[in-house]
Amino acid sequence: MACISPDGKPTASGGRMLTALKAGSFSAEEVAQKTGLPVFRVRSGLRELTQAGLANAKGDKYELSPKGIELADSLPA
Amino acid sequence: MEEVKEQVISMPRLGEPAPPFEAVTTQGMIKLEDYKGSWLILFSHPADFTPVCTTEFIAFAEIYPELQKRGVELLGLSVDSVSSHIAWVRNVEEKTGVKIPFPIIADLNKEVSTAYGMVHPGQSKTETVRCVFIIDDKQIIRAILYYPLTTGRNMDEILRIIDALQTSDANAVATPANWRPGDKVVVPPPNTQEMAEERKKQGYEYIDWYLCKKKL
Repeated sequence: MACISPDGKPTASGGRMLTALKAGSFSAEEVAQKTGLPVFRVRSGLRELTQAGLANAKGDKYELSPKGIELADSLPA
Repeated sequence: MEEVKEQVISMPRLGEPAPPFEAVTTQGMIKLEDYKGSWLILFSHPADFTPVCTTEFIAFAEIYPELQKRGVELLGLSVDSVSSHIAWVRNVEEKTGVKIPFPIIADLNKEVSTAYGMVHPGQSKTETVRCVFIIDDKQIIRAILYYPLTTGRNMDEILRIIDALQTSDANAVATPANWRPGDKVVVPPPNTQEMAEERKKQGYEYIDWYLCKKKL
């Protein structure tokens, strides 16, 4: 897992994506712009966050699930 | 009588869609479709912790900023494990100070290397040869290079091919031998006799009706 470590904690890049999604619903390209990560990394990471139940896809946009919001809120500002 | 089974592997060809894949990499699970909208250089190397491959990875890392300016991503591949890739790139950074910024596919089951025809048994039955697949933003294969195990790749040529392809796409032109950005480009040859006759008056560098050049 590139976004979530085996211990369940987000990696640096996973944390950046969770933080970006705290502000609302965004496409992979928008998350890439907000995080400075390459689009391919964001697409792969969003897929991972979705499979882990931390984000939901609606069309081409992604938003945090309640579990994702909880994890994002626990990250240091 | 013993039955002889022959496995036919089709090689990807220019102008065709790149074979899709989902692969374990040093940066997580990556699908080919994750690169839609970007150009991609998918390249294979024979093995981690080998001398020529190490020099190539350093060289790929060095041209990565130039590739990014052109909207191109890099993706390496060998049949080593992800742990081996991680150990190797950490070793490269420790010994040379060069960080490898792009992902590397751990193709242990040879799924991707088989789909792309990267194992050439005449060179090695177990390792991938030095392949370069240049895939455009629509996931079409635009150029393929194969280098033998003993010969490291030329990064200038890879950058030159990217520049040439993107220039051709943007301007509907072709590029002559040894072309470099800023050089004159080749105007597509005329399709009719009338067009051929008009060529001389069109302000191009006119060598003959079928070979005209212009500055962009």
